[in-house]
Amino acid sequence: MSPPFDATITAPQDAWEDKRVADLHPAAWANPKPADRYQLVIIGAGSAGVAAAELAIAMGLKVALIERHFIGGTCLNTGCVPSKALIRTARLYADMRNAARYGAKADNIEVDFTAVMDRVRRIRSHLSGGSSVRRMAKLGVDMFFGNVRFAGDDTLMVNELTLRFGKALIATGTRPHIPDVPGLREAGFLTNATVFNLTELPKRLLVIGGGPVGCELAQAFRQLGSKVTIVQDKPLFLEREERDAAQILSDAFGRDGIEVRLNTTATAVRAENGAKQVDLLSADYKSTIEVDAILTGVGRVPNVQGLDLEKAGIKYDAKKGIAVDDFLLTSNPRVYAAGDVCLEDQYTDTAAASARIVVNNAFMRGRMRLSELVIPWCTYTDPEIAHVGLYVREANLKGIPIKTFTVPMHQIDRAVTDSEEGGFVKIHVREGTDTILGATIVARHAGEMINEITLAMVAKIGLRTLARVIHAYPTQAEAIREAAKAYSRTRITTRLRARLQKWLARTTE
Amino acid sequence: MTQLPTLTDEAMLDQLQQAAFGYFLETVNPDNGLVADTSRENSPVSIAVVGFALSCYPVAVERGWMKRADAVRLSVAALRFFRDSDQSGASDATGYKGFYYHFLDMKKGTRVWQSELSMIDTALLIAGALTAGQYFTADTPEETELRELVDFLYRRVDWLWSQDGGGTIRQGWKPESGFLHYGWEGYSEAIVLYAMAMGSPTHPIKADCYTAWTATYQWENLYGHDYLYAGPLFVHQFSHAWVDLRGIRDPFMREKNSDYFENSRAAVYIQRRYTQLNPHEFVGYDENCWGLSACDGPTDEQSDAVSPDHRLFGYAGRGVPYGPDDGTLSAPAVLASLPFAPELVMEAMRNMLMRFPQMMVDNRLASSFNPSVPVDDQPWISNGYYGLDQGVVVMMIENHRSGLIWQLMRSSTYICDGLRQAGFEGGWLQPSAPEGAR
Repeated sequence: MSPPFDATITAPQDAWEDKRVADLHPAAWANPKPADRYQLVIIGAGSAGVAAAELAIAMGLKVALIERHFIGGTCLNTGCVPSKALIRTARLYADMRNAARYGAKADNIEVDFTAVMDRVRRIRSHLSGGSSVRRMAKLGVDMFFGNVRFAGDDTLMVNELTLRFGKALIATGTRPHIPDVPGLREAGFLTNATVFNLTELPKRLLVIGGGPVGCELAQAFRQLGSKVTIVQDKPLFLEREERDAAQILSDAFGRDGIEVRLNTTATAVRAENGAKQVDLLSADYKSTIEVDAILTGVGRVPNVQGLDLEKAGIKYDAKKGIAVDDFLLTSNPRVYAAGDVCLEDQYTDTAAASARIVVNNAFMRGRMRLSELVIPWCTYTDPEIAHVGLYVREANLKGIPIKTFTVPMHQIDRAVTDSEEGGFVKIHVREGTDTILGATIVARHAGEMINEITLAMVAKIGLRTLARVIHAYPTQAEAIREAAKAYSRTRITTRLRARLQKWLARTTE
Repeated sequence: MTQLPTLTDEAMLDQLQQAAFGYFLETVNPDNGLVADTSRENSPVSIAVVGFALSCYPVAVERGWMKRADAVRLSVAALRFFRDSDQSGASDATGYKGFYYHFLDMKKGTRVWQSELSMIDTALLIAGALTAGQYFTADTPEETELRELVDFLYRRVDWLWSQDGGGTIRQGWKPESGFLHYGWEGYSEAIVLYAMAMGSPTHPIKADCYTAWTATYQWENLYGHDYLYAGPLFVHQFSHAWVDLRGIRDPFMREKNSDYFENSRAAVYIQRRYTQLNPHEFVGYDENCWGLSACDGPTDEQSDAVSPDHRLFGYAGRGVPYGPDDGTLSAPAVLASLPFAPELVMEAMRNMLMRFPQMMVDNRLASSFNPSVPVDDQPWISNGYYGLDQGVVVMMIENHRSGLIWQLMRSSTYICDGLRQAGFEGGWLQPSAPEGAR
């Protein structure tokens, strides 16, 4: 009998899970007796909360850190860490099936899904040590588990305990957004919170939502052998990304055998005979598909409910999260927010960076601005899609003249030798200058490559300098230098032409 | 074996152009002037192909391939049909708000295939009507009626409605579900659509609509060429079939110190470079064998002689450098770049026809061919002909040879007003510019 593939699926109670629970929320944990007053109380022990706690402790502050569930938050428990572990194995299987392309042979490929998921949980458990309760306590953090409610401008409750604070940081993150599809809840569905608990591969999987998480998991499950359909109510995946990047991803999905339904919404779900019937609507075209599991909730909503934010005078929006200014201060001058609960860019490193800004601004009289962060991100599909800085359409709307230097990966030797020539590097500069405004990279290892551009932007290095940086040959990152060299060539041409004209003018006088 | 590639340029072009024009006489329904989308059996009408037909009749009259009276008769039949057609927007009507469904029944002219009310295809139809109106200027009852019909159809189009309150024009509408929920993003063949929509004295789009569209443009340096990016060749051609975009510039092109005509020339160089690099190692590709565009193509059902990881796309908007690319090339798309880069296009056409003569029958070019997909040891060849291909070939050869269509449309006040509204300046659009000046 197949598992129900719904929210009741819990992680197998194995040694990995025992260790993770012991690290991140030990059952026997007793909250400490609160201090009279904390200089900093942090609500939420995800990426932002832990980063803030570490910095604040290093600065010698008295810190309380409160978590409702597991330390490490979404990234460690139900996000980046398990999904990247899963994707690595999925890619391996995809490469094995693709062996002939490399002149290799791999017959009778059989996916051992239980082993795949065992590895995912082992790695998650292994990495949980880095954020463990013991480590936090050892640093000197007062670690509390429980539900938080604000009781006033400088007071909050953790269950029945009262904590008073000089400053507070709200870093409660987000949770999956469940689309309002009739019958979905009754029929049962998976989200990122439950999907990594699976021990059996759903034969037929429907993914509702074509954002980064939906795309990553759709492809990974396809590569592991599920028959995957992905439904997206927009004309392309990854709405935020450049059209060409999203188009390449659509093509890659087609290559992988994923059934792509763009401009399509799920309108109803019914459980019948152990399967789920899902009605789909695309413009005026109606259809029904039968699947074993539905993965959704790949959009996110901020965790702002139940905190009694009103009692502390903290403004928020149920969809957009906590309202903050560019210094991450809320409408209560004692309270800041950081991470996904207040940010549009919901990435682990951005959450941590924003938390450090808060600690700086709250205790060092810092005036660090969120808008000054240069934030790269990556969707870990095959190929990966990475971006940093401005998009062309943003620049156009802001009236910033922008020019893009494009290098298709098929121009790069290492991409060709690796049979990974799909994709491109696009570097956007302010027209007439070599100042980098942003970049998009689509490549097998785009996530690794984008870091060079981010470094250049932070250090204010232009394309002229990048063109002089010799890259190890052959590497795929050479595509970045090729883009820089293309810029240099446009400059040389202009300069030479101008000199020639001057020279000609003199000689013909 | 065809002797065509051995002829002089002028003789070769003449034969190609005349053969392409023959498509329209063979597929038109003389009763209502409607023209088939393709030469295949049971093909419906494509309204865009009717627009191409209306634009090609004047060429045929000038070249002596058709009597003027016959051209007027076919044109008036089509224009009357559209005037009298069901504009209720019902699911089996012909149109709504002055727009028309993309595909219609050849006899009844009613909607087929549940097709969308198409903004761009209506624009190409109306551009064809305007061309006819500019050419048939004789003071006869027939030609007077023709001009009145053209004016009526143009003025009836509710371009403002097609914005649906948004920033740019929508791509389509269906009676069953309303507007298709995506608009135009990125450079496309829509300049002629926007020009007509802005020049309308009755239902113009909002003034900032064109700017909202150009804000989605991508100005890129690719393979050493600066250009306004669009993958498929046809995007760089369709508006140019009607509008002489040499030397006139909108604010975007002024900022980039280029123009759309130069841009289409750059697109030729980029196609050549891509096929020379040939990233997917397809058969036949080189700098003189290119032409990735929207065209017919093989499907899995048609060939089992390809490897499993060679995906085939059927009819698709093929483009460079990101594909889709399955080894299918379109010779009509090469030929339609003639005005932009005559020497490169002629070189490529001769080369392609010498190597793959199967793509041409009686001097008329199939939509596409694919030497990487063998069928009985021969390259796969698209079956029959597509009206869009034949139409753009006739018009672009004519623009190269005489500039006839460009001249006609340069004298259309609607087009000129629309271009000016969109911010185009300079060249022939300057009121003081002498006739024929760039």
